Amino acid sequence: MKASKISFLALSMALAMILSFIESQIPAFVAVPGVKVGLTNIVIVFLLYKVGAKEAGAVSLIRVVLVGLLFGSLVSILYSLAGAVLSFCGMVLLKKTGWFSTMAVSVTGAVLHNVGQVLMACFVTETAQLIYYLPVLMVSGVIAGIVVGIAGALMIQRVPTQF
Amino acid sequence: MIKKRDLILIGGILLAALVMLIAVRWTAEAGASVIVRVDGQITEEISLNKTGVYSLNGGTNILHIEGGEAWLSEADCPDKLCVHQGKIHRTGEVITCLPNKLTVTVTGGDDSVDLII
Repeated sequence: MKASKISFLALSMALAMILSFIESQIPAFVAVPGVKVGLTNIVIVFLLYKVGAKEAGAVSLIRVVLVGLLFGSLVSILYSLAGAVLSFCGMVLLKKTGWFSTMAVSVTGAVLHNVGQVLMACFVTETAQLIYYLPVLMVSGVIAGIVVGIAGALMIQRVPTQF
Repeated sequence: MIKKRDLILIGGILLAALVMLIAVRWTAEAGASVIVRVDGQITEEISLNKTGVYSLNGGTNILHIEGGEAWLSEADCPDKLCVHQGKIHRTGEVITCLPNKLTVTVTGGDDSVDLII
């Protein structure tokens, strides 16, 4: 891997971590756990389109662990990891079909992130009823995904990536 | 930028959410008691008829029961999402405190069969 690519990925990682931090400072505005914008996904969508799936996946995973250790806890890493993995797999598959724009890809990513977190929360708390949060989290995921999709598309257009 | 397929996909997700929401509301009825789980273990089962204030998980969360409804009035976590989740009384409704790994769920009187541990 070229040095320029390594530094670009490191820069993306730093950006993703800063966005995670900013997001953690936004007070929860809905009484359902897990409702958030998912700003970090802007970076992941961007990397997925402009650099590659492997790189985007690596940044996503490392970011979850680092952010969890810095601002969260082991439990929060578990939740994020479930969300991030499911979300990433969904986005990669959807992008591969070539049928959808970045908007649909980011919406799917946001919704699947929430699905993954709810499933993990069911597992950790052993309370299957948490599934009842899913409808609200799916709708919030769609809204968040649209916002992230717009921002991600702008970034894909404007940030040059040449290594 | 947005294609027709995108809209269909997004519409499909919203529709699925709506169907799930209706299904949840449809099957819910007034519950008989609440079950408190901490870290997956059932620590308490309290009837919704027993008006009172209960300290959960060694005091990290305070549960109120009054008029057949249950709610958490205090929590030691910073976000207090569980407090803001309001009152529950239908079967299957749940209040969650993820930082303390604590959940409060409403169960019916007769369907206690689903408590397989």
